[in-house]
Amino acid sequence: MKQVGSVVWVSGPVVRAQLVEAVQMMELAFVGEERIVGEVIELAGQHATLQVYESTVGLVPGAPIYGSGLPLHVELGPGLLGSIFDGIQRPLDALRAQGADFIHRGVQARSLDPTRSWNFEPTARPGATVAGGSQLGIVPESSTIEHRILVPPDLVGELIETAPAGSYTIDQVIARVRTAHGEERELTLSHRWPVRRPRPVAERLALGVPLITGQRIIDALFPLAKGGTTAIPGGFGTGKTVTQQNLVKWADAQVIVYVGCGERGNEMTGVLTDLPKLEDPRTGEPLIRRTVLVANTSDMPVAAREASIYTGITIAEYYRDMGYDVALMADSTSRWAEALREISGRLEEMPAEEGFPAYLATRLAEFYERAGRVRTLNGGVGSVTAIGAVSPPGGDFSEPVTLHTKRFVRCFWELDKDLASARIFPAINTADSYSDYGPEVAGWWRESGLGDWASLAGQCRELLQSSRKLEQVAALVGEEALPDEERIALEGARLVREAFLQQDAFDPVDRFSSPTKTVSMLRLVMQWLTRARDAVRRRIPVYRIRSLPTRGMLLRMRFEIAGEQADAFEQRRQQIDAAFDKLLREEGHAPARPVTAG
Amino acid sequence: MSAPGGANRRPRPLGGLVGYIGAQRLAGPLVFVNGPRNVGYGEAVEIDFQGRRVHGRVLEVGKDAAVVEVFEGTANLGLGEIEVRFVGRPLESPVGLEMLGRTFDGRGNPIDGGPAPLLVERRDVNGLPINPIARDYPRDFIQTGVSAIDGMNTLVRGQKLPIFSASGLSHDALAAQIVRQARLPGQESEFAVVFAAIGVSHDVARAFRTSFEESGALARAALFLNLADDPTVERLMTPRTALTLAEYLAFEVGLHVLVVLTDITNYCEALREVASAKGEVPSRKGYPGYLYSDLASIYERAGRLRDRPGSITQLPILTMPNDDITHPIPDLTGYITEGQIVLSRELQQLGIGPPIDVLPSLSRLMQDGIGEKRTRDDHADVSNQLYASYARLRDVRRLAAVIGEDELGDLDRRVLAFGARFEREFLAQSPQEDRPIEETLDRGWAALRELPEETLSRVRPRIIERYFRKEGA
Repeated sequence: MKQVGSVVWVSGPVVRAQLVEAVQMMELAFVGEERIVGEVIELAGQHATLQVYESTVGLVPGAPIYGSGLPLHVELGPGLLGSIFDGIQRPLDALRAQGADFIHRGVQARSLDPTRSWNFEPTARPGATVAGGSQLGIVPESSTIEHRILVPPDLVGELIETAPAGSYTIDQVIARVRTAHGEERELTLSHRWPVRRPRPVAERLALGVPLITGQRIIDALFPLAKGGTTAIPGGFGTGKTVTQQNLVKWADAQVIVYVGCGERGNEMTGVLTDLPKLEDPRTGEPLIRRTVLVANTSDMPVAAREASIYTGITIAEYYRDMGYDVALMADSTSRWAEALREISGRLEEMPAEEGFPAYLATRLAEFYERAGRVRTLNGGVGSVTAIGAVSPPGGDFSEPVTLHTKRFVRCFWELDKDLASARIFPAINTADSYSDYGPEVAGWWRESGLGDWASLAGQCRELLQSSRKLEQVAALVGEEALPDEERIALEGARLVREAFLQQDAFDPVDRFSSPTKTVSMLRLVMQWLTRARDAVRRRIPVYRIRSLPTRGMLLRMRFEIAGEQADAFEQRRQQIDAAFDKLLREEGHAPARPVTAG
Repeated sequence: MSAPGGANRRPRPLGGLVGYIGAQRLAGPLVFVNGPRNVGYGEAVEIDFQGRRVHGRVLEVGKDAAVVEVFEGTANLGLGEIEVRFVGRPLESPVGLEMLGRTFDGRGNPIDGGPAPLLVERRDVNGLPINPIARDYPRDFIQTGVSAIDGMNTLVRGQKLPIFSASGLSHDALAAQIVRQARLPGQESEFAVVFAAIGVSHDVARAFRTSFEESGALARAALFLNLADDPTVERLMTPRTALTLAEYLAFEVGLHVLVVLTDITNYCEALREVASAKGEVPSRKGYPGYLYSDLASIYERAGRLRDRPGSITQLPILTMPNDDITHPIPDLTGYITEGQIVLSRELQQLGIGPPIDVLPSLSRLMQDGIGEKRTRDDHADVSNQLYASYARLRDVRRLAAVIGEDELGDLDRRVLAFGARFEREFLAQSPQEDRPIEETLDRGWAALRELPEETLSRVRPRIIERYFRKEGA
C-alpha cells in the first residue's frame, strides 16, 4: 500500500486530500495512521475528495492517505451464508471476537474466514475452454445450498488444471486458467467484485413465477414476481420492519440478503436472535443458513450506510449467478438516500428537492435495475428480487424518495397509519397499493392447481373497492340506514379483512400461509359472501345472517389450519352450506343452492 | 473552507497545548481561526478572552484553518485578544460511581456547591457504536405502574421509548411517575437514574429533583442541567455527557440505568442554530440533513450487552412544535426509537390523566416482553383487543356526532359504553397510583365486558374462556 497524498481538510465523513500520486474515481483508500477506510468520490487537479466509512474525530490535516488501486469491493465465496457484515463487509462477529462490544475505529478483519476449510469437488475438466460463469466445481455451503464455484465474470481462457476433490480454504488455488494472451491465472474458492458495478449476465428474462411470501394480503392481492421490484413505504410504527422481516423469514427465495441500512441496533439483534431458531417451512433448515445479513445501524458511520446497499446487492447477484432465486431486502432505502444527501451537503453540491442531490433518482434507478430474472453467463436461470422499505418523513408519500422509487418499482405496498394504530397487520392499504405482476404470475397459479386465484383475488378487490364507498356513506348516516344488500357487502368486506387479510406475525400457525391455504381461505370467505347475498335476496334479515356461527369459525381458521389440510377446508365449506341451508329452512325457504361463486 | 485568509496569526506554545492568539471571524456560535497546525477534527478547544474562559469543539478543519463551535456562544468575545487553545483530545466528560447523588452542568462540572468528584475518569463524550451482535435483545418487562404503558405499550429494559408531548401537557409528571415507580416485578435490583435537562426551565428541573428526593431516588441519581438560560450550544453536549456516564454505570459497574432526557426539541434547535451559522445546506424546516444520524448517535446509546449485567433504558421527552407529529423532530425520533408514548391535548382537557393517546402510541419491543411467565398469558390478547375496540370507538364517536347518539344501533352504543369505561377506569389514574400489571389487565377486561363476546375477534377462544367469562359481565 503506497501513500498517494495527505489530508488537507476534514468535515465529518468527508475528507479532502492533496495528491502526490494519481488515484482513480471510486478507488478504495485508507486515511491516517489508523488506516480508516474511505473511497474517492471526486477528483479535481491535484485534489481528491473522499468519503470515509468510519468516524473522523481526531483526524489531523497532514495525515497520510494510502491508495489501494482497487475500487470498493466485496469478497465473494463460501462462508457468506449465515454471516453478518457491516456496510463495507467487515464481519461483525470477527470484530467482536477481537474483544470489543463497541466498534472501534480502524478495526479490520477479513470478510470471509481464511482459516475455514471447505469440501471442494471439481466438476470441470482440464483442457476445456472456460469463460466467466463456467462452473469449476461445487462446495456444499449448507445442507440446502450448493455453492457453485464459478469462473469470475471477466475471465476467458483454457482451463489447464483443477485441484482434486478435497478440503480447501478460500485462498488455496483450485484451478489454473490460461488466457488468450498466454497469461496464467490462479483461481481460488473466492474472488472480489466491485460493489458499484453490476455483475454481467447473458440476458434478461421475462418474469413469470411469483415470489411466495406466505403473507396472504401480498400473495393474493399484490403479488410479487421473482426478479421483480417492490417498495414498502410507511411512516414510523406502521410495520415496515416487521413486514420486511416476515419476508426474510417466509419468502420462498433460496437465498435471502437482508440489509439493515441505518436502522435500529436492537432490531438487528432481534433478527439475529430469531433466525437461528426458526425453520424454513419448505426445507426444515434453520432460516439463518440461507441468509446473509448486512447491518449498518443508525449509529454506525453514515458513509458505510451508503455503501451497504451496494454490498448487499452484489452478494445477491453472486448467488443469482449460481442459478438461485435470491431476495434482497433493504430497510430502509430512505436512510440510504439521506446518507447521499449528507455527503452531498458536505461537498456543497447544489441541492435539488428537499436538499437531496439531483442524482438521487439516477441512483435509485441503478439500484432497482440490478434486480431481475436472468439467464446467467453459464446458461442457468437465476433471479434477484429487490424489496425496499421507504420511510417517508411525516408519512408524506409525496416526498422525493417515495416519488422517485415509485417510478422504478412495479409493485407498491403502502402501509397505513390508521390500520396500524388499530393494530391491523399487515397494515397494507388495499386502496392505494398495487402490483403490476398479477397477469404475469397468473399462469403459475393455474399450473399449481389453484386456477381460481385470479378470479377470487378479483372478486376480493372489487368487494373492498365497493365497500369503501359504502363505508363513507355509513359514516354519515349509520350502517343500519343502508339497504340490506349493502350491509351484507360491508359485512363481507369486514370478514375479508379480519378473517383473511389480517395476519399475525407472531402466531406460530398464522405467520406463514402456503399458496393452498391462502386460496382455500379466500374461497371460503367468498363462499360465505355468495350465500349471504343469496339469503338477503330472499329477504332474510341481516341480523340473522350475522348471528350464524360461521363468522366466528371463519375468523378462527387462520390460527387453526396449518399447511395443506384439504379436509379441514372441505369440512368448513360444508359447515357454511349447512348453516345457511338451516337458516333458509327456518325462514321458510327451500334450501336451494345458489350459483357458486366465481 | 469557510475561514477567509488573514495574517494576524501568532502561534505560541502555551503549556503543552497548541495556542493561537486572534481569530479571523466570529459569527453566531462559531469562531474561525486561521493558521493552526496539527488540529484534529472534533477536538476540544479552550478559549480565553479578557480573563473569561469558554469551551468549544472543532467542527471543520483544514490545513491552515479551523472552525470552532463555542458552547457558551461568542457574545462578549473579540477578535484581537482572543486566545484559542486546541486540547489535542476529543471532548471528554467525567464518569464515576461517585457522581451519583450530585448535580452537574451540561459538561459535567459540579454545580451543587460540592467538591469535584475525585475518583472519576474522563471519557470521549461521543461514545462508540455498539456492535449489533454484541447486543442482547431486550425482553425484561419493566412495570411502570401506569396502565396505558404497562398494558398497551409495555416498556422493557434496554428500550428507548420517548414521550411525544406538546407545550402545556403533563409529560414531566408522567416521566417523574415512571422514574418513581419503575421496577421489575419480583426483583429488586441495582438501579441508577441519569437525568439530563436540555434547555428546560428552572421550575421543571426543580420539580424533577423534588420528585427524585421524595421517592428516595436522588442518592442514586446524577443530574446534568443545561437550563433555559444556560448557553445554547452546550445543549449539544448535555445528552452526550449524561449518556457517557450512563454507559459507564451500565456496562462497567453493572447497574440498570434509566436515562431521562428532556427536552430533545431544544437539542435540535441548538443543532439547527450551529448548522445555519456554518452556512450548511438545510433540509426540512431548516434542520440539517444529518439530523437523523445525529439523533441516532444519542438514542442508540441504549440497550443491553451480552455477558454484561447492566442496561440503559432511555426515556427521552420531546415537545412537538405546534402539536405536529409529522414535524421533523418527532418524525425522525419515531424512526429511531423503539416506539413512542404520545400525549393528547384532548384527553388532558377532558381531565383524563396521564393523557396518553394510545392509538398513535407504540412499544416495538412489547411483543417479546409480555405473556406467560413474563406478565400474564392474556396480555397480548387484551392489548390487541383494546386497540381494535378503541379504534372502533373513534369511528362510532364520529358517527354519533353526525347522526346523534340516539340514532346509533345497539352495538355502537355498547362501543360508546366501552369507551367511557376504558377512559375513566383504565387510562385515567392519579400520579400517585402504582398499579400492578394484574390490576391493569383486569381493568382492561372490565372495560371489554361492555362489549358482546362475539365482537372480540382479537382474543383467542381459550383466553376468552379463562378471563372474559370468569366474572359474568
